[in-house]
Amino acid sequence: MNKKQKTNLKFLIFLLVLLAFNHPVYAMHIMEGFLPLGYCIFWGVLCLPFLYFGFIKIKKIINHERRSLILLAMSGAFIFVISSLKIPSVTGSCSHMTGTGLGTILFGVPVTSILALIVLIFQALLLAHGGITTLGANDFSMGIAGPILTLCLYRLGQKLKVNNKVNIFIACALGDLFTYCITSIQLALAYPAENGGFLASVFTFLGVFAPTQIPLAIVEGLLSVILIVTLESYAKPELESIHFDFQR
Amino acid sequence: MSRKNKLIIIGCVIGVIILIVFPLIYKAGSEFSGSDDSGSEAVSQVLDREYIPWFVPIMEQFLGGEIPGELESLLFCIQTGIGVGILAFFIGLYYERYQLAATKRGRERYKEYIRDYEDSEKT
Repeated sequence: MNKKQKTNLKFLIFLLVLLAFNHPVYAMHIMEGFLPLGYCIFWGVLCLPFLYFGFIKIKKIINHERRSLILLAMSGAFIFVISSLKIPSVTGSCSHMTGTGLGTILFGVPVTSILALIVLIFQALLLAHGGITTLGANDFSMGIAGPILTLCLYRLGQKLKVNNKVNIFIACALGDLFTYCITSIQLALAYPAENGGFLASVFTFLGVFAPTQIPLAIVEGLLSVILIVTLESYAKPELESIHFDFQR
Repeated sequence: MSRKNKLIIIGCVIGVIILIVFPLIYKAGSEFSGSDDSGSEAVSQVLDREYIPWFVPIMEQFLGGEIPGELESLLFCIQTGIGVGILAFFIGLYYERYQLAATKRGRERYKEYIRDYEDSEKT
């Protein structure tokens, strides 16, 4: 057994132990002061273009598309509600969802990055949850990376002519899960394990939270479908005005 | 709302309830904590030493310590409340409009409303 294999074996055992003991899980945003300053700035700068385009789009909605303004408010409110609910999961710990899928499907990624930023600032300032220094990293994972995957899957589903509701469910659920994958990659970049480096670190963080997040991602998908179905029934003109595709 | 949509919503709600209640039974007796402490534990595990955050949350600086549990749940409730308030208000608004559209007078009002919007968007 060479050194690499040993490392892998150790790491696998570590992972198994982690899974077996169902360690109380950290599965939320990156906490205040938990990223080195360089990474805080790096992720913050990466968010800026998205925030800029989101700002322009929201300004356009406020000035010219008053009807979709209500939908925008509702997408924001949905993120507010969903990300404030801590929900128990099968691993015996709690976590919360992101709720960004709906805003993404209705308005696209840049607008969602702004909505997520509002929620994150609220939580960082008032709830000591997440943080001001890690705002950029958290906004990147929750408001940009997750939504990008959601949008890609949603468009792919449309191309493949999947049933609209099933499509939204899958896109929202996997987008939620992806957000936490990105969070663990961000943590791993900042804290590569001494034994095994970056990848081992990624798997440690993933192993810590992924099992918790999977059921919650499904819950998020279901809740998004509920709201979309409600909107389809009662807010047809608004959805038409933002060219939402609800034929199938 | 069509019968099919109603069934979808009922199905989704049942699914959500099952997914939330199941862990409580399956893992009865565990703490269901999601605290930030376990986050620092995860980082410490990887680093093999205690990690000390270099920045303290503003609320904690202000209060001179951790936010008390009750206060924290209050603040989380406020967040939920704001969100639910906005959602419920607008869904109520849309629902009422939908109901009105079932009457003749309501339909006329509804058409006016749509026309007004389209005019305002043109200008």
